[in-house]
Amino acid sequence: MGTRFLPQPILTLVIAGVWMALANDISLGNAVLGLILGLVIPLLTQAYWPDRPRFKNPWRIIDFTLVVLWDIVMSNIQVAQLVLFRRGDSLRSQFVRVPLELTNAEAITILAGTITMTPGTISADLSADGTSILVHCLETDDPEGTVNAIKERYERRLMEIFA
Amino acid sequence: MMAWIAELLIAGLLVVGAFFLLVGSFGLAKLPDMMRRLHAPTKATTLGIGALLIASMLYFVSVRGLLSFHELLITLFLFITAPVTAHLVAKAYLLRHPELRKDLPDVQASGGWATLGKSPQDTQRHEA
Repeated sequence: MGTRFLPQPILTLVIAGVWMALANDISLGNAVLGLILGLVIPLLTQAYWPDRPRFKNPWRIIDFTLVVLWDIVMSNIQVAQLVLFRRGDSLRSQFVRVPLELTNAEAITILAGTITMTPGTISADLSADGTSILVHCLETDDPEGTVNAIKERYERRLMEIFA
Repeated sequence: MMAWIAELLIAGLLVVGAFFLLVGSFGLAKLPDMMRRLHAPTKATTLGIGALLIASMLYFVSVRGLLSFHELLITLFLFITAPVTAHLVAKAYLLRHPELRKDLPDVQASGGWATLGKSPQDTQRHEA
């Protein structure tokens, strides 16, 4: 995907959309200005970003986003309950290791961010070779279940999105 | 009638948002150690801010009759920055507290955890 003068077509559209959102105005003038920025910025920055992410199935981003948004709402309620009704010392917190099948740096970044935003887990570190991620669980009695949930719910979907 | 429903909805969202922001700050003060404390502000605040931003969009659409959507951008920036901040705080904490290292699961990879172990690149740089 992408040609010499349009190296990242999706980034071009994202920049145009962000520009119109920043201006808080949908008009032809802003759309044109946004598209110009979207054409120029990828060309100026492509030297710094040689290994651009390649999408296999970008439409699955919608599915992924909806799942994550739903989980964020549930995670907020769950963490609020733990904070309000449990003594801090009684929370069974621990670190777990999530082995990664993803190899794409952008995909791993999104997975780490997703882990932090969703129920009772925070991504705390990566292994030096990028093959596993260190996750801190706020409350768990089943570390393996948590790891499997992360792999099933998020990593599998990300693997479908990124090539 | 419509305006009344919109106002009710906006007020409800403001209360929900304020509640979750309060819980986030309360958790930060209440939980016993750093890693647990990180959980409260990273999560409870996203729904709190989210509810406030939806309330703002509803207010501008229904009361002022203006389409306002730069709130979506605030959400986007929040979703990008909150996990990165939490990740960096956690990394700094792991680095400064050697007593935590026995609790960490085995990394099962050469080079160890990125914050603690020597990465292959580090070794190469020293040799060069």
